[in-house]
Amino acid sequence: MSDLTRMSAADLSKLITAKQVSAVEVATAHLDRIAAVDDRVHAFLHVDREGALEAAAAVDRGEITGPLAGVPIAVKDVVTTKGIPTTAASKILEGWKPPYDATIVERLKKAGMPILGKTNMDEFAMGSSTEYSAYGPTNNPWDLGRIPGGSGGGSAAAIAAYEAPLAIGTDTGGSIRQPGAVTGTVGAKPTYGGTSRYGLIAFSSSLDTPGPCARTVEDTALLHAVIAGHDPRDSTSINQAVPDVVRAAQIGKNGDLSGVKLGVVKEFTGDGSEPGVSAAFKESLEALVKLGAEVVEVSCPHFQYALPAYYLIAPSECSSNLARFDGVRYGLREGDDGNRSLEEVMSLTREAGFGPEVKRRIIIGTYALSSGYYDAYYGQAQKVRTLITRDFQSAFEKVDVLVSPTTPFVAFPFGSRTSDPYQMYLADLFTIPTNLYGGPAISVPCGLSEGLPVGFQIMAPTMADDRMYRVAAALESAVGTLTPPAL
Amino acid sequence: MSYEEILTRYEPVIGLETHVELGTRTKMFCGCKTDFGAEPNTQVCPVCLALPGALPVANRAGIEATIRIGLALNCDIAEWCRMARKNYFYPDMPKNFQTSQYDEPLCTDGYVDVTVDGKEYRIGIERVHLEEDTGKTLHVGGATGRIHGATESLVDYNRAGIPLVEIVTKPVPGLGELAPEVAKAYVAELRDIIRSLGVSDVRMEQGSLRCDVNTSLNRPGEEWGTRTETKNVNSLRSVERAVRSEIIRQSGILDEGGKIFQETRHFQETTGDTRPGRSKETATDYRYFPEPDLVPIAPDPAWVAELRAGLPERPSAKRARLRLEWGMSELDMQSAANAGAVELIEETIAAGASPAGARKWWLGELARRANEQSIDLAEVGATPAQVAALQKLVDEGKLNDKLARAVLEGVVAGEGDPAAVMAARGLEVVNDTGALTAAVDEAIAANPDIAAKIRDGKVAAAGALVGAVMKTTRGQADAKAVRDLILARLGA
Repeated sequence: MSDLTRMSAADLSKLITAKQVSAVEVATAHLDRIAAVDDRVHAFLHVDREGALEAAAAVDRGEITGPLAGVPIAVKDVVTTKGIPTTAASKILEGWKPPYDATIVERLKKAGMPILGKTNMDEFAMGSSTEYSAYGPTNNPWDLGRIPGGSGGGSAAAIAAYEAPLAIGTDTGGSIRQPGAVTGTVGAKPTYGGTSRYGLIAFSSSLDTPGPCARTVEDTALLHAVIAGHDPRDSTSINQAVPDVVRAAQIGKNGDLSGVKLGVVKEFTGDGSEPGVSAAFKESLEALVKLGAEVVEVSCPHFQYALPAYYLIAPSECSSNLARFDGVRYGLREGDDGNRSLEEVMSLTREAGFGPEVKRRIIIGTYALSSGYYDAYYGQAQKVRTLITRDFQSAFEKVDVLVSPTTPFVAFPFGSRTSDPYQMYLADLFTIPTNLYGGPAISVPCGLSEGLPVGFQIMAPTMADDRMYRVAAALESAVGTLTPPAL
Repeated sequence: MSYEEILTRYEPVIGLETHVELGTRTKMFCGCKTDFGAEPNTQVCPVCLALPGALPVANRAGIEATIRIGLALNCDIAEWCRMARKNYFYPDMPKNFQTSQYDEPLCTDGYVDVTVDGKEYRIGIERVHLEEDTGKTLHVGGATGRIHGATESLVDYNRAGIPLVEIVTKPVPGLGELAPEVAKAYVAELRDIIRSLGVSDVRMEQGSLRCDVNTSLNRPGEEWGTRTETKNVNSLRSVERAVRSEIIRQSGILDEGGKIFQETRHFQETTGDTRPGRSKETATDYRYFPEPDLVPIAPDPAWVAELRAGLPERPSAKRARLRLEWGMSELDMQSAANAGAVELIEETIAAGASPAGARKWWLGELARRANEQSIDLAEVGATPAQVAALQKLVDEGKLNDKLARAVLEGVVAGEGDPAAVMAARGLEVVNDTGALTAAVDEAIAANPDIAAKIRDGKVAAAGALVGAVMKTTRGQADAKAVRDLILARLGA
């Protein structure tokens, strides 16, 4: 219906600034698009029409100006929004309205960006398909019978379906990048500590990283610049200047990568990926060489242990982080009939409130932290984490960035991996090492395999987020963006 | 069987874990206030209520106070350490884990010297670590105020997140029958040290200093026995009683061939014995792991050196010095310390009073008033400057002892400084010789018999006339001056 929903955030911003279109018109176009298609996509858990229009009107009144003022955005439902339901796609938080905004949400509001609503996800960000949302899965706009990736499938699908030009995601093991890859959109995981976690409902504190999702690299960088930067309310936030990712994206757009060394992770090539994914990755690599990049094969011998280490560290932290959901202060309370003990009410609440994947990880984590097992599991996983960090550090002595496919396979049909958790966990095989290291990484569309999008991952050293944007923008200029079939 | 007899057959080993609530202005991991006695749940925020998404940020003042305590207890200060999560479910703990320290405490390996019966004992300090307090649960509707039988449980999270410092001693063997006294002396010394640092008001009755006492017994030459942990020990006297009662209880079991089980017991203030604790405290797997939401604590060595240099004089050393300066007996100094009067006396002397004068008021009239009202001496209503001014009026002869007490009453009642109270109440000693001579003459005239006796040399009889003069001057005359005047008038 409206062309406005097809535009990039950068273009929308220019039109709004030039007053060629009002922010209210832009917000309305997207809200209408949501109303038209979201019953099929189910990217949103909550739409805040009133709030979005109000924020847009404030921009039109000239109260807020700035690079993205008036450009609407969707926010993953794991990030708190004051007065707007925030559930982390869990029954245990059904109807909970936070009394406070996450730092990144504060920054979006300050930048004049209307928040369209909250996007679907795997419960508490645990999953790679949104099939673990307590409110039903999100459907991939490329094929409604397939998963949109996860956990941030709602944010990625909202962008791919033109329901929003921009979205906020969170990435603990690939939850921004893998959905980006399988929906043909761009998703960046900033350096850990580069974006504030205050107001991000914790899954795994040492890994969780909020980040930007968009359809173009430049848009992703523009959003990155809005949300990144030190936050005194997050002790792990890095107190340093944010790398100039917008400029890097603009430089990369020129398509010149002379002097840039790309490291292909040896352990991530070979038969770990579907043939179509490998082929698209190789073609993209060749395109980058044509732009002047040098390709070097790099060995990261400990990456093979990343998946098991991650599935000890993340569940361990999650078992503790999710302990607060006990029915005492907020959210669901089950079985409080005046006869049951507090312990029984807590147990019944958690039994009823958490879904199967969340329970699985709480149990794994509880076990891994238990006295007598700590050293063998959690302790050992931390050592692996250190070794993986060293792999990255020594690789970055030789190359500027590391590259790999984002995920080994394209969007898979619903139900095809839920019966075997390990098959699901493999979706994050290539994205997890970065989370363990803490560096930034981005997924950019790089072609199709069997008609479905393939993602190209670029990993950079910590606080060198700009490097990956330069390469990503160059790749985008070479292979173009992807357009899904009409819904 | 007497306590002394038990100690001929068993050797006790004690250990103490003390929790000190720090007096920081804000909580340990958020900006909420820490005022005592505020309306329930008015000093809370997303962080200390553990709302989804909220994150802690460490309060530098809490870390500084912990380091200063560690330094004052002769500990090593860690160059790098982390907070840890202690995981267990309890509704007064919003996150269902306590942010604490586990195997990386901020301060380790120190000691405190205490003196009991003139002999010095060194108590080793295992560790001093930082953690956060929990909220308070109130069970209503039941008869006992306990969770059993209650119809509702209310939680007040005002206290949740207030910084706590835990000070753990090494096991202390070899104390014999003095174990209870040494335990008490240790807690008293610890309290004084922490008070001198100004990092906590260390009030056992308000719970800002809480003590757990570990006790075990073994027969001479054998390995240490199994220890029990006694909680709810809320006064210095209770520390002593708890150790003594555990020694007696355990010896009874051991004498009959029984075994001591490692358990948590609760001290009973009314009976003075210990009872088994609730099952909640039985061995739990806390699943400790480093707190990923907080960056490690790495105190700058220069900062630690600065804190070390700024430590106040050790209370025991200071007491010894002041005792000599003031010419006080050890007993008097001890009671001054116990009454919390040392600093007050010191300030009063600094304000110009003599040591004897300062001591007299603080340990006499003011201590009596504080005792009567069960309040701290410092809160009795008189400042050191006022006490010094009062004593000055006495020294100048403007007030006698009785009048001075009346003036002090006015000062405590908030009527102003001693001089103002004296003027307002008209309490000044009558120094006007004319008026006094008239009163003396009147008394002599009214009591000819007594006057005759005095003239005859029975000087002791003057007392009766002094009394009469004091009566007519409503006590405002200087008794000695009156007596001299009577003798002079009667030529005795």
